[in-house]
Amino acid sequence: MKRDPTLPILIAGSIILLALGPFLPRWAMFLINVSLCYGIVVLGMLLLMRTGVVSFGHGLYYCLGAYAAGTLDQVFKISDMAVMLVAAVIVTALASAALGLLLRKYRDIFFAMLSLAFSMILYGLLVKTSALGSSDGFNVAASKIAGITVAGTAVDRYVRYALTVVFAFIAGVFMHKYLNSHMGRLAEAIRDNELRVEYMGASVRNVIHVNYVISAVLAGIGGALAAIAVGHIDPEMAYWTTSGEFVFVGILAGTGSVLAPLLGAFIFETIRSFAYEYSPNTWQMALGITMLVVIMFLPGGLWSLFTRKRKAA
Amino acid sequence: MAQLLAVLIDGLIYSSWLFIIAVGLTLIYGVMKILNIAHGSLYALGAYSAASLAGYWIRQGYPPMGSYAVMVVAAILVGLVAGPVIERGLLRFMYGKDEIVLVLVTYAVFLILEDFVKLVWGVDPYFIAQPYGLLGNFTVGDLTYPNYNLVLFGAAVFIGVVLAWVLTKTRQGKMLLAVIHDREMSAAMGINVGRVYFITFTVGAMLGALGGALTAPMISVQPGIGAETIVLAFAVVVIGGLGSLPGAALAALLVGIVRSAAVHYRPELDLFSIYLVMAVVLIMRPKGLFSAQEARKI
Repeated sequence: MKRDPTLPILIAGSIILLALGPFLPRWAMFLINVSLCYGIVVLGMLLLMRTGVVSFGHGLYYCLGAYAAGTLDQVFKISDMAVMLVAAVIVTALASAALGLLLRKYRDIFFAMLSLAFSMILYGLLVKTSALGSSDGFNVAASKIAGITVAGTAVDRYVRYALTVVFAFIAGVFMHKYLNSHMGRLAEAIRDNELRVEYMGASVRNVIHVNYVISAVLAGIGGALAAIAVGHIDPEMAYWTTSGEFVFVGILAGTGSVLAPLLGAFIFETIRSFAYEYSPNTWQMALGITMLVVIMFLPGGLWSLFTRKRKAA
Repeated sequence: MAQLLAVLIDGLIYSSWLFIIAVGLTLIYGVMKILNIAHGSLYALGAYSAASLAGYWIRQGYPPMGSYAVMVVAAILVGLVAGPVIERGLLRFMYGKDEIVLVLVTYAVFLILEDFVKLVWGVDPYFIAQPYGLLGNFTVGDLTYPNYNLVLFGAAVFIGVVLAWVLTKTRQGKMLLAVIHDREMSAAMGINVGRVYFITFTVGAMLGALGGALTAPMISVQPGIGAETIVLAFAVVVIGGLGSLPGAALAALLVGIVRSAAVHYRPELDLFSIYLVMAVVLIMRPKGLFSAQEARKI
């Protein structure tokens, strides 16, 4: 059997990104930072897709993570990034564990629609909550990390960037290990045939529930990191089009490897930021056409281009 | 008491609107098993076409009453062009794929059409308010409503009744029900399933565009209205049970009244109330109010 290059690539990639950071121009640093936040969320989508369910409401946890981080600063005057991330994890884990109790009974369209309803409930609430800035959202000032003040110092940006790189690395390694574990392998079995998995004695609902919570926590971490990186959050993060984008990147990247979502998110963000700049009114069209091409000709996503070539060689 | 009456009237008006935007969606799902996100774009296309055509009509000094006909014609034109293009050009290659893949396909179409709208009409809002006020007002107690709302209500009832009549009383409708029930068997019995799909999708597209055209005088027509509307239509259709016509009507009524009550008594719960109803109904009845049981297949 050929050795799986995923882990070495993850390690090498993180080291290169960390080492390269100080030399990158500001825009490139920001781009990588934001796309890795996105990538962490899409890692969670990959897990759900492997399990055979698609959530059209993961904006819920993305937004919840971001607001957990932001509210700490806004309401409780705690602006420590470490505390923010812990809060995001706790809030999204609790919320997804509770909602998962319901969602685990649903499949296909109904799973997608119920999760969409939950995310739109949060959106509807936030838009009307004036204490949290209603539809404008508010600014998040994450000025410290583990007690050390970084805001205003020379390393401010780099710290935020490095934080995201480290978390993306951890999330990637975790997901890689998880997918190769007993539970992770059950996921694909469930996608292929749920009833048979039940006959073999595994609880489909438990697996779906656990995977749902994992993906939600990843989305929460991504949201909190995005709040820290961008410095501003608004209810749009819970809107259904945000969730749609996560699904989009998941499909575009493919579920073949944990590297796919991270890379896919980077490609997506790069295209988006350049398209915003040069043709703000046609970039969605380009995305739509890309998606159709991928669905029609590359059902395994862009990642299947790599694996196909490797098999041929 | 007066407030309760206002809740009921507002609720009915809103329900009519919800039914009009949702009925095409549920029709398409019922027949083709496609949850058509692009329905939101058809709504937007209808609204934009109606706004520009009716605006042109009024600017030319033609009798303003004719603007209603122009709006409906605009919607029909949009349906007749966009429906066949999407169905023949794309969807027919996708039949037989997973329902969720089809959702993503229509999501891609939605993204494409969103930008298409921006390219054709630009990003500035359009206003076409004349038809809204033209019909005068009616008063209930000390509340005044534009008569246009009656048009909306009438249109909803008309569409519902005509669809129900076509489905249950005509030859075409019965063939359609046969296709819904068992696609392969009806094909074997000589029903042209491809044509049924084609016609259904075109009619559904027309209904979506009509929803937009009828709404255009009440709102500012701007980018993003499609995305806003499609999730509401989803809520109605999913609450009613995907593909069920009476379900959509009941769900529109339920959501309309609940939202209007929320707006009157607890305005901060406006949007929240709609999706809360959706979540509660799905929790109680996982497949919506009116839905057929399906066999589990190994």
